[in-house]
Amino acid sequence: MNLKVSSSPHIRAFGTTGRVMLNVIAALIPALGVSTYFFGLRVLVVVSVTIASCVIFEYISRKIMKRDNTITDLSAVVTGLLLAFTLSPATPLWICVLGAFVAIVVAKQMFGGIGNNFVNPAILARIVLAVSFPVQIGSWKIASAPGAALSNFADSVSGADLISSATPLGMLASGSTELPTYLELFLGNRAGSLGEVSVIALLLGGIYLIARGLIKIWIPISFCIGTVIIVLLSGGDPMYHLISGGLILGAFFMATDYVTSPLTNPGKIIFGLGCGLITGLIRIYGNLPEGVAFSILIMNIVTPHIDKLTIPVPFGGGKKHAKQKA
Amino acid sequence: MIHNLIMRRGVHPDASKNTSELPTIRLESFAKVQIPMSMHIGAPCAPCASVGDQVSVGQKIGDSPAFMSAPIHASISGKVTAVKKVVSSSGSSVEVVEIESDGLNTIHDSVKPPVIESRADFIKAIRESGLVGLGGASFPTHVKMSPPPGKEPDILVINAAECEPFITADYRHILEHADEIIEGIISTMNWLGIPKTVIGIEDNKKDAAGLLRFQIGKSGASDSIRVKLLKTIYPQGAEKPLIFNTTGRKVPTGGLPHDVHVMVLNVATVRYVARYLKTGMPLVRKHLTIDGSAVARPCNVTAPIGSFIMDIVDQIGGVKQSPAKVIMGGPMMGVAMDRDNVGILKANNAILLFDANDAAIPEESPCIRCSKCIDVCPMNLMPTGIDAAARAKDLEDLVRFNTMDCIECGCCSYICPAKRYLVQGIRMGKQLLRDSEAKKKAAVKGEQ
Ligand code: SF4
Ligand code: SF4
Repeated sequence: MNLKVSSSPHIRAFGTTGRVMLNVIAALIPALGVSTYFFGLRVLVVVSVTIASCVIFEYISRKIMKRDNTITDLSAVVTGLLLAFTLSPATPLWICVLGAFVAIVVAKQMFGGIGNNFVNPAILARIVLAVSFPVQIGSWKIASAPGAALSNFADSVSGADLISSATPLGMLASGSTELPTYLELFLGNRAGSLGEVSVIALLLGGIYLIARGLIKIWIPISFCIGTVIIVLLSGGDPMYHLISGGLILGAFFMATDYVTSPLTNPGKIIFGLGCGLITGLIRIYGNLPEGVAFSILIMNIVTPHIDKLTIPVPFGGGKKHAKQKA
Repeated sequence: MIHNLIMRRGVHPDASKNTSELPTIRLESFAKVQIPMSMHIGAPCAPCASVGDQVSVGQKIGDSPAFMSAPIHASISGKVTAVKKVVSSSGSSVEVVEIESDGLNTIHDSVKPPVIESRADFIKAIRESGLVGLGGASFPTHVKMSPPPGKEPDILVINAAECEPFITADYRHILEHADEIIEGIISTMNWLGIPKTVIGIEDNKKDAAGLLRFQIGKSGASDSIRVKLLKTIYPQGAEKPLIFNTTGRKVPTGGLPHDVHVMVLNVATVRYVARYLKTGMPLVRKHLTIDGSAVARPCNVTAPIGSFIMDIVDQIGGVKQSPAKVIMGGPMMGVAMDRDNVGILKANNAILLFDANDAAIPEESPCIRCSKCIDVCPMNLMPTGIDAAARAKDLEDLVRFNTMDCIECGCCSYICPAKRYLVQGIRMGKQLLRDSEAKKKAAVKGEQ
């Protein structure tokens, strides 16, 4: 008789890391669809390249480090997708590959792989690229007319039919008077990184994740509140700031990354507020039009400290309580 | 009502209460039983029967002078064939008494209703009955009934939550013996001077709750005994959450129910109180659920304590396939045994036999910090932090994360998408803390 002896519990819930990641991917699909509609098939080319290179880098680095293969947990796919979401559809493909390298090898695997990285891989990659290749990364484009980007297959794949345009935040920073309307911002008919443009599609995905219990509302909400506070104090238009730029993408999909955000609900609120405040400050007083990525990076770094400060008080009061009684 | 809203952390495993509609089967004939001398928390008993002795049902075969202990009685009649030490599944050595049945199940002369005239008589009788907490904790009942001065309970909480999947033994107990349960509660209240009782039961067992209410009404105790429906969620029956959800009182960290003037008894325990007062038959039989994917015909049985697991299973239709895991208790907190030839214990409320498929343990992957374990922890702990601290042997962090507050309910491991063995890690952490505590004490002693 060979009986299995193991610690209780002897039953486990259905969910796995892979399923969580699969749900995140599903939640990003609407935004990807809208982006393809506005920017053309070039979007899918960029996304495919970043995902494929992320997965390949993950596979190779695990092999070299003689660790078990983790590509089936789908986290590399999520990273690839998110990284592409932060890039302009006109980004040269070799830069996409480089970004994947920074995200997977430098930010993630050099720290031990999934669960051990302390900064969000996609965010770090995006920042490294933006600093190293400001011209290529900052070449923002827009379709000549909605849907026009899909009319010619060859042009659509290469992105040749896109025309240069400033991002809404760029316009705001340069004092342009021809800002896109709220509706255009909501739908996504504007220049920007390929994943950030459609607020409505991103919200759809975000709400899906919240409804499935996969992310909590605390970080997105407090992120938005933090930004709104700064914008209001400076006399800006809070709505414009919320729906232009990468705030919604960042708040719902980047800042909520499990590994690099705090564990407890109070911690998440502190984290989100921090992100929001820093984003607002950079946007309004900083040199850059956008601050979402930097704010998340900074808050990633303080996350371990937030965790230490927000250890929950156990039911029953904990040790301190017990001592006071004695 | 409001307490239900506050204390709602836990998980919703598949209830698998496959046996809830099946009347309890009484199993009588066992060729042999093996009765351990330690089936309770506290001092083990010394056997008071020797090889060759003829013993009969209800005869005391083990006792201890220690207060924190409970005597042990023969569960069948026959000849003592062995008194020996065996290595238990957990690796510790326990003494067992083996009895070979004479097939008669003769009842011993000492079995007669106890004469009780005072509170002290009552507690003494409870000790003699060998009763221990039947919910699984196996804390000697008479000890629980003797709280330190100033900590006398003013409310009795009856645990009828039965929140573990598979187990329906308590539920069947209520359906089949609601009258005796209420009798037991009333006697306990009367002799111990406890004015009030709340019976906590999950709201998926409304019929059982109705039956209890009916019996309460019949016995005219509606003013002092209340049935409270609790949300169906695991671990609703864990002592500290249960006390909070029935009385609104919070047992402080490191404390016991009597610190908030509460006494908790399991529903089966109070029924045995009533039986013992009426018949004088000590705790020699146990109700339990036999289930799991390897069992051909899952059901509820009552069987003599010490009867072998596989003998019980054989009598109810055997196994579908050879079991790959044998669990004493429920799937969330039960103990996996390394053998199936052991006798059932006083506090066993289930035996589960899992086939190879169910026995498979998923492989661990790194924590993705999803915080699900924190969300479900009924004690409001940070299981992933404790686990990491335990594996890193970081004592400071183990203290910081309130490791000792964990009740090992298993919710965190259950829910973890990365399939971390959190409870195992936490147990390790607790052991590290205990060891360091012991070392500190030894050092202090050495200095003196
Ligand atoms: S549930 Fe598992 S993966 Fe999630 S935080 Fe807890 S230990 Fe980590
Ligand atoms: S840490 Fe302990 S009390 Fe909390 S869920 Fe895990 S086993 Fe239960």
